[in-house]
Amino acid sequence: MVRDITLGQFLPGDSLMHRLDPRAKLGLTLSVIVFIFVAGNFLGLAVMTGLVFLGMAVSGVSIGRYLKSLKVVLLVVLFTSLLNLFYGGGEVLWEWGFLRITWGGVSNSIFVAVRIIVLIFASSVLTFTTSPTQLTDALERLMKPLSLIRVPVHEIAMMMTIALRFIPTLLEETDKIMNAQKARGADMESGGILKRVKALVPVLVPLFVSSFRRAYELATAMECRCYRGGKGRTKMKILHMKARDYISCGVAAAAGAGVILLRIFITHPYL
Amino acid sequence: MEYLQTQELTYSYHKEPPLTLALDGVTLGIGKGEFVALLGHNGCGKSTLAKQFNALILPSGGTVFVDSMDTKDQSLTFEIRRQVGLVQQNPDNQLVASVVEEDVAFGPENIGVPPGEIREQVDAALKAVGMYEYRTHAPHKLSGGQKQRVAIAGILAMQPACIVLDEPTAMLDPRGRREVLETVWKLNREKGITVVLITHYMEEAAQADRVVVMDRGKVLLDGTPRQVFSQVDLLKEHALDVPQATELMALLRREGCEVPNDVLTAEECTKVLEGLLGGTQTG
Amino acid sequence: MKILEVKGVSYQYSPKTPFCKTALEDVSFSIEQGEWIGVIGHTGSGKSTLIQHLNGLLRPTSGTVLLHGKDIWENPKKIRSIRFQVGMVFQYPEYQLFEETVEKDIAFGPRNQKLSDSEIHDRVQAAAKFVGLSQEMLKKSPFELSGGEKRRAAIAGVIAMDPEVLILDEPTAGLDPMGRDLILSQLMEYHRERKNTVLVVSHSMEDIAATADRVLVLDQGNVVMFGEPAEVFSRGPELADMGLQVPQITQIMAKLRDKGYPVPAGVLTLQQAVQALLPLMKRQEGGKADG
Repeated sequence: MVRDITLGQFLPGDSLMHRLDPRAKLGLTLSVIVFIFVAGNFLGLAVMTGLVFLGMAVSGVSIGRYLKSLKVVLLVVLFTSLLNLFYGGGEVLWEWGFLRITWGGVSNSIFVAVRIIVLIFASSVLTFTTSPTQLTDALERLMKPLSLIRVPVHEIAMMMTIALRFIPTLLEETDKIMNAQKARGADMESGGILKRVKALVPVLVPLFVSSFRRAYELATAMECRCYRGGKGRTKMKILHMKARDYISCGVAAAAGAGVILLRIFITHPYL
Repeated sequence: MEYLQTQELTYSYHKEPPLTLALDGVTLGIGKGEFVALLGHNGCGKSTLAKQFNALILPSGGTVFVDSMDTKDQSLTFEIRRQVGLVQQNPDNQLVASVVEEDVAFGPENIGVPPGEIREQVDAALKAVGMYEYRTHAPHKLSGGQKQRVAIAGILAMQPACIVLDEPTAMLDPRGRREVLETVWKLNREKGITVVLITHYMEEAAQADRVVVMDRGKVLLDGTPRQVFSQVDLLKEHALDVPQATELMALLRREGCEVPNDVLTAEECTKVLEGLLGGTQTG
Repeated sequence: MKILEVKGVSYQYSPKTPFCKTALEDVSFSIEQGEWIGVIGHTGSGKSTLIQHLNGLLRPTSGTVLLHGKDIWENPKKIRSIRFQVGMVFQYPEYQLFEETVEKDIAFGPRNQKLSDSEIHDRVQAAAKFVGLSQEMLKKSPFELSGGEKRRAAIAGVIAMDPEVLILDEPTAGLDPMGRDLILSQLMEYHRERKNTVLVVSHSMEDIAATADRVLVLDQGNVVMFGEPAEVFSRGPELADMGLQVPQITQIMAKLRDKGYPVPAGVLTLQQAVQALLPLMKRQEGGKADG
């Protein structure tokens, strides 16, 4: 049933991770992602992995959930690490025709795999513990300075809020329209790609029409509720950075500094 | 002048001739604290009138006053909309945020209420419609009746003096309809909020203080439910329903029975019939 | 002759997951050729789930649905042909219109049936006639029609498939009394002329009481009553427990009956009530004159 769809993968909870300021969380995740790429060797990567594992541990979400989030990218991980296996130099381990596996390749392949997995874990920590609404809110506030250079920050955030609100409604509606057209004998399950795309017309047209109707009614409702853009608006929920937010940023900064230092001073090929 | 007052109000959706008038000379006053039901079949102008009450559309001719404020004065639009909230038919299309309490906060946030006060107003509004326990839920998981109550809370949080509801129960099942109506009644009785309820359901209209029937942009009937529904033939002529109890009395009267013409509820009807049937009981 | 049989049908949404929800539980009933069945039950009672089983949009978790004595899922690849035999009009069907003209939209079903152009034309004309759409309207874009006209165009789109069984989910929801009466009378005319089977899901007990040959009552995924309207609506208190109401006139007559007045049980329409009351009143007046 489409009704059960929840957007993103937010898992309500009350862990330390859940309670962190969404701005701090968003900033942390972005910098962790950057530093995972900055980490040029295994030691640096290990530092970041440790940091991400720490985040996972304090998120109160079971490890099973995290492993499940890997399922979607499993193929990407396998493919890229397989590709990397055949690159790199060093001692040759196995050779067949033009294919050659070296120590360098093995190390590369493991490095890339770990990097992707940790990246997924890091973003999962964010999406598991932050509701889409909080994320929008954090984005709006972090982007606020951009409004000085005429970026319509409030409008972008409003659009995201409305999108989040209406995606489940539209999914549900798609389901209904599909059933209705199937009841009129529409065949959406067989035939080649072209036929299937064509079969979508009876679904997409009503969906567009109804989206416009919804948009019109929503605009009226917003007007009724005194909406006139971002000017003069206040917010019910105000975000405050607390000690825990500053401490977590500090930990992340330390880890980042570590990664940079390791990258500069450790040059051993397999570390 | 009444709280809501229209004078010789005309309105056309077209700017150029031929002008078909959606509203054609409506003069109507609605007092503070009244519960008025607005009836009429589709296209009679009742939704157009509703939109005049909070300056969503402005008169082509005549005037509309809300608390003595002329809706044509654009500097007052904001205050008029704060005072007169409009709830529409489709509950899905009026909720903005994906968390109930954040949606209810939308109005007060637009007005610029300080954060602490918004919290209080939101909580009070949600409690008034009985949706406080659902404040952290996602709207798309609520039933139709619950969504409509959240929409009402969203208006209520702006602390309005009047709520106009445009067929709020048309898309709901009987349970949702009851929930919404009970909520609206409570707001009228306990908070003294003026209610204008547009509906096709005669049972809903029968409970109002006053019923206004519109037809082709004009006011056809205006009076207490008893006065209005006693005009069974006129209402039927304009393709409107009357409660079955009222219609039964009309049919019996046509057969020559002496029955009152202002019966509205099943209880009243039963009582009248008992009086007529007297001692024909068998057991 | 039985046209539809539902035998021990159960249905679960998202089975084998924590979200598993039983929507139908061991439901069995059968419908005779040419009947008009009213289906009632409050939201969540399983009505929508049930009707979607009848045209194979949903497949039962267990149990079978038989059309003319044959399991509709005998050959899952042919399930589409079942949907032409059991036509379904969903709630707010006007939101499914998509073609450039009303005519083309009504023709969508027949075209999927792979009928010849002349047959499609005849079907569209006949269907448009039933719902009172003029030639002029057929040439219009469906989005130019009024709400009630759109609704009727959508219903015509299903009628045009010439189904043996026509299922309608709240065909009058959200319409004003005029639109509602128009659609109901057109459907009744269609039923009288085609003599095929009709199932109508509705929250309006007055409509059900005035139209149905039999009423099917669903509660919590079970069929709890299935009988003639007079019989079903005479069980007012039980229906009230399920969150369902009986027509106001039925309530009034039931109260009189409770108080010992000799009025029949299960009065459904105003005409029936007047017919029952007049002789009693005459007798009372006569009694008064004598005494």
